[in-house]
Amino acid sequence: MAERRGWAVPWRDVLITLLAFVLAFVVGAVLMVVSDAEVSSQFAYLFTAPSLALGASWDKVSSAYAALFAGSLGGIGPITETTAQAAPLICAGLGVGLAFRAGLFNIGAQGQAVVGAMVAAWIGFSWHLPPGLHLLVALAGGVLAGALWAGIAGVLKARAGAHEVIVTIMLNYVATGLLAFALTTTAFQRPGRTDPISPVVDWNATMPRLEGTRLHLGFLIALLAAAAVWFLMERTTSGFRVKAVGLNPDASRTAGMSVPSTTVLAMLLAGGLAGLAGVQAALGPTVAGTPTPLSAGLVGSIGFDAITVALLGRSRPVGTVLAGLLFGALHAGGLAMQSQAGTSAELTTVLQALIVLFVAAPALVTTVVPFLRARRASLTGTTPTTGGLSS
Amino acid sequence: MSQIVGTQAPGEVPGRLRLDRITKVFGSLVANDQVSLDIDPGEIHCLLGENGAGKSTLMNQLYGLLQPDGGQIQIDGVPVRFDNPRQAIDAGIGMVHQHFMLVDVFTVAENIVLGREPGTAGVLNLRAARQRVRELSRRYRLEVDPDARVEDLPIGVQQRVEILKALSNDARYLVFDEPTAVLTPQETDELIEVMRALRDEGRAIVFITHKLREVRAIADRITVIRRGAVVGEAPPSATESELAEMMVGRAVSLTVAKQPPRPQGPRLQVEGLTVTSPDGVVVVDDVSLDVAGGEIVCVAGVQGNGQTELAEALLGTTASNRGRILLDGADITRRDPRGRLRSGLGFVPEDRKADGFVGSFTVAENLVLNHVESFSRRGVLQLGRIEENARRLTEEFDVRTQSTTTSVASLSGGNQQKVVLARELSRPLALLVASQPTRGVDVGAIEFLHQRIVAERDKGTAVLIVSTELDEVAALADRVAVMFRGRVVGVVDAGTSREVLGLMMAGVPHEEALAAASVTTAAEEEARLEAEVAEHVAELTGHEPQEEQHG
Repeated sequence: MAERRGWAVPWRDVLITLLAFVLAFVVGAVLMVVSDAEVSSQFAYLFTAPSLALGASWDKVSSAYAALFAGSLGGIGPITETTAQAAPLICAGLGVGLAFRAGLFNIGAQGQAVVGAMVAAWIGFSWHLPPGLHLLVALAGGVLAGALWAGIAGVLKARAGAHEVIVTIMLNYVATGLLAFALTTTAFQRPGRTDPISPVVDWNATMPRLEGTRLHLGFLIALLAAAAVWFLMERTTSGFRVKAVGLNPDASRTAGMSVPSTTVLAMLLAGGLAGLAGVQAALGPTVAGTPTPLSAGLVGSIGFDAITVALLGRSRPVGTVLAGLLFGALHAGGLAMQSQAGTSAELTTVLQALIVLFVAAPALVTTVVPFLRARRASLTGTTPTTGGLSS
Repeated sequence: MSQIVGTQAPGEVPGRLRLDRITKVFGSLVANDQVSLDIDPGEIHCLLGENGAGKSTLMNQLYGLLQPDGGQIQIDGVPVRFDNPRQAIDAGIGMVHQHFMLVDVFTVAENIVLGREPGTAGVLNLRAARQRVRELSRRYRLEVDPDARVEDLPIGVQQRVEILKALSNDARYLVFDEPTAVLTPQETDELIEVMRALRDEGRAIVFITHKLREVRAIADRITVIRRGAVVGEAPPSATESELAEMMVGRAVSLTVAKQPPRPQGPRLQVEGLTVTSPDGVVVVDDVSLDVAGGEIVCVAGVQGNGQTELAEALLGTTASNRGRILLDGADITRRDPRGRLRSGLGFVPEDRKADGFVGSFTVAENLVLNHVESFSRRGVLQLGRIEENARRLTEEFDVRTQSTTTSVASLSGGNQQKVVLARELSRPLALLVASQPTRGVDVGAIEFLHQRIVAERDKGTAVLIVSTELDEVAALADRVAVMFRGRVVGVVDAGTSREVLGLMMAGVPHEEALAAASVTTAAEEEARLEAEVAEHVAELTGHEPQEEQHG
């Protein structure tokens, strides 16, 4: 506990996280069984022919989880689908996590990702620049847009003391509304279309990918972003200040740090990372090779999932990458589960929620798993006998 | 758990309250280790120990706020058990808390009846309450207006309300938890009188403190606690250094060896500084003050008379609305805290846990907290140098820590303060502003920290110490500035007597204080002579003198 530096692995945390998965999958299995009419009908014969009910349950659960596995990790295609799904989650999760560490609850990753996607897509389809440069400009534009969008909340907090939770939530609505409106204007709407959809992004602004897969530049950028955030937080004076302000603003002020400017800096960085997530949604190629054109639902719920990713990753870069990959895999596998095993895709959402629930409440895990409870008792519950200190 | 109350009938002389081998464990910390204590009626029993020695934990068990893990409490030999303060109060135990447990917006009368409001069918009978307060305050000569709002009363009077509240429950055993921390010396003397009167009435008094002088002034019996266990009893005649040695466990020097100051030109000049609090109250009122290099100026005063704000205004975390601050002739009034720290200001905040360090940062990180730029190149931290700095400073300041990567929150109070002081003194300073530099620090560490502060002075740094402890002021100061209600009442020499300082702390100007004090000294001289005579008589008759004269 006292040791923070170095590579000491928090085995207890790892164990609890793994058990959280197991518990979530168990609860998920129960849900699958009770929600499936065909399977639950077999339970009428549970006492006369238990093998029927149990067999049907087993078939149902195993086929669903097999599809989940196959869709996320079963081969090069599924794996690259996982990375493609994970990349924006990692970026936005890094943004939320960075703000967390500065003591800010950035609920606005969604809005920041939306404006990031808007600007990146707009530069992508309405400008026409040489290869390489076009992608770079679109990327920078998206990141900048996200940063400025979050910066509004940062400045309002620093200058006027407005609570960032409220401001970022409101900015989410504004961003969503702005996108919906923009898609009805000539600047964004595809010529000849009446529905709100944009033109397809130029090839020059599309992220390069490994041919035939969904592994594109975005995933590499996400990993680089994680490394950069780690370096910033652990190795620079700016990161030192961000952490200090997040942990104890009073002591930071007394130590001559400017809490307002650190707040703004942290929000700018967080917004830039969330904007990067939006850029990936706008410029990352689909299986067909071109990015999905901008529409109201393009960003999905990346910004909200990012909060869970950051929580699951304990706001640390490595944790966020792992959590992002997990959620990416659940997204990718969820699609397969729906198409192959006929299980509702919503179940993966429930699984995600359950995993986070169990991770966020370690006490719940230790209560459910007695083995761990005994272990904890032997670790910390050494009741000192009287007379220990006075001797 | 059924509660058994002592068999004493009301009105009778109450019996002995005994704490019998009380043990309390928090996790791996043994806060009380088989502590036994006899509290007898008609006696003032001092419980002496350093911060964290387990005094308050022990009393919280007596008051039903905590339950012992071992041992028992007995009244008149009958074991009792208090699951909550209500039961303790019913058994005749009263507590005057360190932080008053009063409702600020209620009147004195309302506060005193709080918890057992007189009245019928839920209708509060305030008239009865007022009557009760008048009766009590007449009986114990503790004057308070029953209709005054608590928030409008001075601290000393608020404390009286706390005492009255305990008495209104007919407390036979009264526990005073560090009651003098917030009082002027004169208010302390008054409190001591009250405690004596209560004792003479046959009540038992437990007086918790770490101030040796007060112990010697009032105790009939002294029990010293160290690290949760009773070290032993000391006679009231024990000297301060004997008591200190018992408290710390080794010989301690209570005075700082220091050469006479060699002040150079003024390095800090404060001119007409005024600070208004956010709610519009003038908290620092037109303060002018010079501190020369090579000199220690102490700002003395009762807590809450603007010292905190003065210190914060010097750092710049509290904005001043008038006046100038000059450091080595340069006007730093407009500079932000970072700018001032860079111009050679060292700052030890009053509340170190809140303002002095980041608890979950490591020792190494906290040792560079306010000058991390010096340990970086182009914004990148030089971890090697940070680590080396930490190794050097923890050794030099004898910071007891497992390693330099231990979090500061896990260190003891004394070691945390050493980290803060080490950080400030490791930079080249023009001015050191330190508020309560040894609050909550063990007696042993106080000695060391004082030496370091004097050494910094001898390097030519201007040193400004804000302290509410007159012992500390006496140990460190070359000059003393006394503050009262935001103003500097006067700046006097270090040799000024406690009485004069005490009067000044209550707002009396220096000359008047001198005059008033000389009267009291005359009276005291008389008392001393009387005592001497009594001693002679005692010697002749073979009796021990009852009370130790002090001062």
